[in-house]
Amino acid sequence: MKNSDKTVNIFLSGVGGQGTILASNILAEVFIKAGYDVKKAEVHGMAQRGGDVTTHFRFGKKVYSPLIKYGDVDFLLSFELLEALRYINWVKPEGKIIINKQKIFPPAVNLGQVKYPEDVEKIFKKYFKDNVWVVDGQGIARSLGNVQAANVVLVGAFSNFFPEINPEQFVEAIKSLLAPKLHDLNVKAFYEGRKAL
Amino acid sequence: MKKEIMQGNAAIARGAWEAGVKVAAAYPGTPSSEILRDIAENYPEIYAEWSTNEKVAVEVVSGAAIAGVRAMASMKHVGLNVAADPLMTLSYTGIKGGLMIVVADDPNVHSSQNEQDSRNWARFGKIPMLEPADAQECKDFTKIAFEISEQFDTPVLLRTETRVAHSDSPVVLEDRVESNIVPGLDPKDAPKYVMVPINVRVRRKAVEEKMKKLEEYANTFKYNIMEINDTSVGVISSGVSYLYTKEVFPEWSYLKLGMVWPLPKKMIAEFAKKVKKIVIVEELDPFFETEIKAMGIKIWHGKDVIPNMYELSPEIVEKALKGKKYKEPKIRVKPEDLPRRPPNLCAGCSHRPLFYALKKLGAFVFGDIGCYTLGTAPPLQALHTTICMGAGVGQAHGAMKAIGKDALGKVVAVIGDSTFLHGGVTPLMDVVYNKGNSTTIVLDNRITGMTGHQEHPGTGFTARQEPTNAVDYAELGKALGVKSIRYIDPYNIKETMEIIKEEMNKDEPSLIIYKNAPCMLLRRAKPTERFKHPFYVVDTDKCRGCRMCLEINCPAISWQEGEGTTKDGHKRKGTTYINRDQCVGCEVCVQVCKFDAIVPGTK
Ligand SMILES: Cc1ncc(C[n+]2csc(CCOP(=O)(O)OP(=O)(O)O)c2C)c(N)n1
Ligand code: SF4
Ligand code: SF4
Repeated sequence: MKNSDKTVNIFLSGVGGQGTILASNILAEVFIKAGYDVKKAEVHGMAQRGGDVTTHFRFGKKVYSPLIKYGDVDFLLSFELLEALRYINWVKPEGKIIINKQKIFPPAVNLGQVKYPEDVEKIFKKYFKDNVWVVDGQGIARSLGNVQAANVVLVGAFSNFFPEINPEQFVEAIKSLLAPKLHDLNVKAFYEGRKAL
Repeated sequence: MKKEIMQGNAAIARGAWEAGVKVAAAYPGTPSSEILRDIAENYPEIYAEWSTNEKVAVEVVSGAAIAGVRAMASMKHVGLNVAADPLMTLSYTGIKGGLMIVVADDPNVHSSQNEQDSRNWARFGKIPMLEPADAQECKDFTKIAFEISEQFDTPVLLRTETRVAHSDSPVVLEDRVESNIVPGLDPKDAPKYVMVPINVRVRRKAVEEKMKKLEEYANTFKYNIMEINDTSVGVISSGVSYLYTKEVFPEWSYLKLGMVWPLPKKMIAEFAKKVKKIVIVEELDPFFETEIKAMGIKIWHGKDVIPNMYELSPEIVEKALKGKKYKEPKIRVKPEDLPRRPPNLCAGCSHRPLFYALKKLGAFVFGDIGCYTLGTAPPLQALHTTICMGAGVGQAHGAMKAIGKDALGKVVAVIGDSTFLHGGVTPLMDVVYNKGNSTTIVLDNRITGMTGHQEHPGTGFTARQEPTNAVDYAELGKALGVKSIRYIDPYNIKETMEIIKEEMNKDEPSLIIYKNAPCMLLRRAKPTERFKHPFYVVDTDKCRGCRMCLEINCPAISWQEGEGTTKDGHKRKGTTYINRDQCVGCEVCVQVCKFDAIVPGTK
């Protein structure tokens, strides 16, 4: 099998409200336009805010399963540190990890019953060495005037892993998915994110 | 050729539109709710409604089908239990315009009260059932469902599940084609539609004939597909189970069933002859397995290794079929050691103070299904049953009849507004009629919260956001004969407790209704406008670290460890902290704090 025929497995994780769904929608637009078969399976909690959100995203010549096989993740793109750590076992030994630096405390941590895990970055580095990138999505987005764009900053950083795809294609996808008044901010967020790696 | 990436549910909506559907009805339920929402938003050619419940939805669309137009209903798996009564007999009457009912299963119970396998309804009801695996199939199967329905004069079931309904994949778009059946009603058709015994016996035979013809049709059905590769193993499967197996064993031969009932027996026998060993991979019940074994076909593996509960996945299928040869990925961190992120009521949700009040009253709370079911989670733990929509009202009545006067003051039923209209009105009528004395609280937050904020007959808006009548719960209660009807403002904890206590102690039926307590995510109701301050903060001069405010489990409040003292010298182990970005100013924690340590924040 040619390398380009292989299915690429991207696992996205985060907390409801962080915009992981928009991020995976951007990827879907980009890879469909690039001529790939795409499958995307979303699991989000219920209607309330603050639950965990995961997306299995796969593209390739022909994709069968909507779910990535446990242990077969090529890229873990995570919007929150604990939600990254939760899926560490899913990543292939040679897999790549892109994490947003944000911490969002779950209820048991808020109640003081358990501690939020420390040194998430270190744990990832221990197993994945140089294949770990930590991005300050909120920081970069805030410097652009709106923390809400942190998700697109992450997409920008992530786009570096696909040199065969012109960044303009990401920009086009972002524009097709967002209202015109949000285009400026998010296109900037994308390019700032792209520079962040 | 236009191709778009679509969710399975959106593809079903698209398929319905392309098939010329004219009437669609649904009651929300995960993972089916997006179908009707999508139709309401995108396809004005289709009349779309949120029905009061699933039974009503099926009745509405079957009326439309009898009138000669293509029509569909959609619901979650348990919704079909509610709609089973009309469905089981529609199988006898048949239709005129095509009729499809989507039933969305939820293996692994991501968001449901049970894990039933809806394929059993097809066998039980003698109704054909199709099962798509991805979005393209969702659209294609929807379209062909209407053809089958009209060709065989039968309702058709389309079974999806979470991983089909909520997965996106590319779909080729086509145009809408209007049906060529001329709509209209003809009284001469009465013998077909009046199911009195003399007619039933005639139709009963028609049902058997229909199923026989459908079984023949299944043998040549274009979506029952044989893929002959390596013939050492042949897999019989359907839907996502097929995709998972194909993913891990691409070299094997497959019989992928697009129609899961009736089964194409001839085709199965033929497949069994072509391959050495048969494996059946199906989620939940051994549905195919039981049937195929009854055909006398020997099976190498089925439910002996494939789990019969929770959902399947590529690794579960691989592990089951490879046995010891399966290599477990390396465990780097034990996920069970990490803090979980369970769902929680939103900051400011009106259900939070209510359950705090019920906990303080020490009531046994017969609950129901909705966001308010989260009242059962620690630390609130103030909801004690959840069975099915509407159950709590009748259960509280039964429990009070069982225990007698001793139960006065100790038992209450809580039910959401959407749930009350779905299935709570008839049991409340029962309470009054049978001289009960239970108390029912309608948690009216003006919307169907749990499933993503759909309209219902109490909200005042239709599925397409047109203003309409809104049920008046107090008037309804009055009409049922309830004499003691009260409103509560759940955000006033003290008063709420007093009213509930009084009503629980009355030896007559009571109805209590939320007043002005809309869901925090219902923007049009401006839910935070009623709060005096935009957010609150903890005054660390006063906070004694007693943790009382943590008992309400508001996501905005957290514990901050650190020894210290209050301004007036009380020792403490830490304080609480309010995240101002999350706090909406509902003042519930303010009422819980005994030391006046929670005060309005200033920007
Ligand atoms: C028979 C059946 N149909 C649908 C559902 C899905 N469902 C769960 S809760 C719910 C409605 C909740 O709305 P409401 O009663 O208004 O309470 P809220 O979530 O707003 O607190 C629905 C439709 C179900 N569980 N069972
Ligand atoms: S979505 Fe509405 S009903 Fe559900 S928890 Fe949030 S505020 Fe409460
Ligand atoms: S006022 Fe208190 S209970 Fe209400 S949202 Fe703010 S912190 Fe939570």
